[in-house]
Amino acid sequence: MSAMTLSHHTREASFWRVLEIGACYLLGLLWILPLFYAVWMAVHPPAYEVRFELFAPVTLQNFVDAWNAAPFARYFLNTFALITTILVCQFVVCTLAAYAFARYEFRGKTVVFMLVLIQLMIMPEVLMVENYRTISKLGLVDTVVAMGLPYMASAFGIFLLRQTFLTVPKELDDAARVEGAGPLAVLLKVYVPLARPIYVAYGLVSVSYHWNNLLWPLVITNSVTTRPLTVGLQVFASPDQGVQWSVISAATLMTSAPLLIGFLLFQRQFVQSFMRAGIK
Amino acid sequence: MKSWTSWIKGALASVAMLSAGAAQAAPVEISFYYPVAIGGPVASIVEDLIARFEAQYPDIKVKPVYSGTYPETISKALTAYRAGQPPEVAVMLSTDMYTLIDEDAIVAFDDFVKTDEDKAWLDGFFPVFMVNSEHDGKTWGVPFQRGTTLFFWNKDAFSEVGLDPEKGPQNWEEVVEFATKLTKREADGNVSRWGMQVPSSLTSYWLLQGYVAQNDGKIADETGAQTYFDSPEVVESLQYWVDLAYKHKVMKPGVIEWATNPKDFFEGRAAMITTTSGNLTNIKTNAPFPFGVQILPEHKKRGAPTSGGNAYIFNGVSQDKQEAAFQFVKWLSSPEQAAEWSIKTGYIAAREDAWATDAMKAYVAEFPGALVPHEQIPYMVPELSTHENQRISRVIDDAIEASLTARKEPGQALSDAQKEADRILEDYRD
Amino acid sequence: MKKTNNMVAPWLLLLPATVLLAAFTHIPAVMTFINSFYRTPRGNRPARFVGLDQYSNMLSDPVFMAALKNNAIYALGTVPAAIALSMLMAVIVNSAIRGRALLRMSFFLPTVLPMIAVANIWLFFYTPGYGLIDQFLGLFGFHERNWLGDPDTVLGSLMVLAIWKEAGFFMIFYLAALQQISPTLSEAAALEGASRWYFFRRVTFPLLMPTTLFVMINAIINSFRLIDHVIVMTRGGPDNASTLLLYYVYNVAFRFWDAAYASALTVVLLAALALLAFVQFGVLDRKVHYK
Repeated sequence: MSAMTLSHHTREASFWRVLEIGACYLLGLLWILPLFYAVWMAVHPPAYEVRFELFAPVTLQNFVDAWNAAPFARYFLNTFALITTILVCQFVVCTLAAYAFARYEFRGKTVVFMLVLIQLMIMPEVLMVENYRTISKLGLVDTVVAMGLPYMASAFGIFLLRQTFLTVPKELDDAARVEGAGPLAVLLKVYVPLARPIYVAYGLVSVSYHWNNLLWPLVITNSVTTRPLTVGLQVFASPDQGVQWSVISAATLMTSAPLLIGFLLFQRQFVQSFMRAGIK
Repeated sequence: MKSWTSWIKGALASVAMLSAGAAQAAPVEISFYYPVAIGGPVASIVEDLIARFEAQYPDIKVKPVYSGTYPETISKALTAYRAGQPPEVAVMLSTDMYTLIDEDAIVAFDDFVKTDEDKAWLDGFFPVFMVNSEHDGKTWGVPFQRGTTLFFWNKDAFSEVGLDPEKGPQNWEEVVEFATKLTKREADGNVSRWGMQVPSSLTSYWLLQGYVAQNDGKIADETGAQTYFDSPEVVESLQYWVDLAYKHKVMKPGVIEWATNPKDFFEGRAAMITTTSGNLTNIKTNAPFPFGVQILPEHKKRGAPTSGGNAYIFNGVSQDKQEAAFQFVKWLSSPEQAAEWSIKTGYIAAREDAWATDAMKAYVAEFPGALVPHEQIPYMVPELSTHENQRISRVIDDAIEASLTARKEPGQALSDAQKEADRILEDYRD
Repeated sequence: MKKTNNMVAPWLLLLPATVLLAAFTHIPAVMTFINSFYRTPRGNRPARFVGLDQYSNMLSDPVFMAALKNNAIYALGTVPAAIALSMLMAVIVNSAIRGRALLRMSFFLPTVLPMIAVANIWLFFYTPGYGLIDQFLGLFGFHERNWLGDPDTVLGSLMVLAIWKEAGFFMIFYLAALQQISPTLSEAAALEGASRWYFFRRVTFPLLMPTTLFVMINAIINSFRLIDHVIVMTRGGPDNASTLLLYYVYNVAFRFWDAAYASALTVVLLAALALLAFVQFGVLDRKVHYK
């Protein structure tokens, strides 16, 4: 190839390259546009909801209005209570189960494992009619416990932890046993510490999921004292009269804020956690 | 269907009451579910009212529970009832009455009405509101917050096209005539202003009822087991509504969102709208132009739908809690409080003597638009209310939506709806 | 491995999990099936065994048929698009493009937002006339459209939202898989003059197959499970053009209070999910063994 045609190709190639890179940035911009718009609406007065003037007055009044219009403080508390309860119980239940699957041989193990994995497909909200009835019989309707109960045994968690426990070297297990540790002590002293990154990863995934969960909490809660943020937002954003977009945007940002900020600050950890969870 | 847990609770409550000593009974606690179908700080209005009630009745404590929209409120209340922990009082749609009776969830007010004062109180409500509250000779709910549809128009737009801004359209034909003048079409075919806008994304049967009443028809009977969806008057009414969009082309085709209807009005994209009376304050505050408000235009006669909630007392709670609930409901719906609630929230006061209070007279003097709902009361018809009301209203709403989106002809849509309604209501007819 | 003479220990360890799973997954699934053969008790009327009545009602129920059709279209629309987009995003973020951390953040962001929050914002996007989408399209001379009020566009509008929400989540899985592909492969291919597209088609894409299968299964499950946006934006309308099966179950169970019919509807949903499970364990398992 002559020098001329080579540089011609390079120029053509770099033109497409620039276009391509531009397209990638455009996609990124498009993806984040809704959030930008929400922020725009939340910090400007209602008259500017659909007018995009650069020097429109900025105000925090919408946040104040949203905060006063519904008991968001209580909703925050409920959500924190919910995810804490769920996370703690999930850690305990799933660790025990994963340990059983990873380190024990027993009759029916495969069958039980398959039964566990069914929950990956059939989530509790699909069975909401029956689950509601069960909770009702237990007298637990409208409690934080009821919101968490169907999720405490998480097939995903069990699966993840089992994979991790399987990779723990046998020598460490034996060494601990030689020192006279019972099975639970081995679990706590050897397996759990080694699986720490997985616990973090799983924790982030679980918190994300349950912070954002709507349907089951909607079905099972009635009152302000148990409703989490998602249900609170749903109840708040549905008046039969004209809605104030700016106030709803403010409320929306408020409910997403903790996860959003957490994500922005700990982006790498978040992404890595999900990746780790995914690889397994 | 009382569960044994509520029996135990009742027994424990009685024991607690007895052991609290003869002289000083512990205050009875009742919970009050209230829906919020309007924007604004309703929660603080409710708390203020409750504080004053408790000051007057120190032996009753009321716990307010903000329970979302009407469908959510009945959902929550029935859920709580089935779990054995019903609220004592809840404000739910007047049309939910049959559903609540079928579930055995509420008790009639007649057992609590004892004194002459009580009787006078019960008789003071507008008859049209009581139709949705009575069944089998008993009163099951008490009108609390009622609404109707009102007609608003943009006076500036009227002047712009040469119409008298002080006179809104008086009948169906004038609506079409005015709307045709008001609809603004750009060169590229885009419509920048529609002449007429009727919302249809939620409970569209309610708006249909307005048209049906104006056409001298009925959408259902009073037994709660028979609907007339395919009667000629109803079909004609739906046809008129659909024609606004497709024949006269003065209304946006498709289903129109309630939530943005007022905003469309403010933005000048719709010159005339119908919307709930509850939006009166919103429009008064936010319309950037002078606006007119009037009762709905007539056809064969004047007519308008009613909407809104009744206060109900629940089954499955102890007798003294029900008594306390009755006192609370009576107080809330007495003339002064009814007037106050109406002024602060925009709902219609459900009794004539509320309109005669000083507070209401002063309010109306300052804002004459507030008198319009009162003007419409003689023409109102009861709201669609049947057994399995949620299902039936879904059926008729679907038919209306199908017609408004030109998926079905109104006649076909309504006869399909009637068939479905007959199937659902079969069991309730004797 | 522990010997089987200690039979008690594993079962004890499994006890909490098995009790919870039985109570909230396995037993309810069976009970749903059983209850679908009865009629709902109402106040003073007890439950009655009615055999296959609920199922025949379902077949003549136009709303159920609409829900089934909508779910099929919804899945067919969102799953391939989500897969393609997330793969594209992973490739972008994995490349040497400048600012890729920002891009990664912006793609992944929708995942950490609650669907209900997102739905509320998109509701404003879709408002006819002055909603952002119509304003933007208006610049190109398009007429305003009633996106959510027109049966033709409502389902598509919901699908766009769903894809926007989940593509970033699936991107992560592809990213993980891409980072496991040895860079020497692409270097070797570049040396031999293979174009990027050729390399992608012949090497990367096949290597991503297990991930694609995994993402596909998850996307399909999500299309059955996630109905928050229906609740917020359209309530199934207009005229059931956006009713999804799980949303119909929710309505029937908690608005119409017809638990038995809701059970029958749930059985259909369970059947679809069971089919999916069958496919996953049959096909995916075999793929996994290749690793």
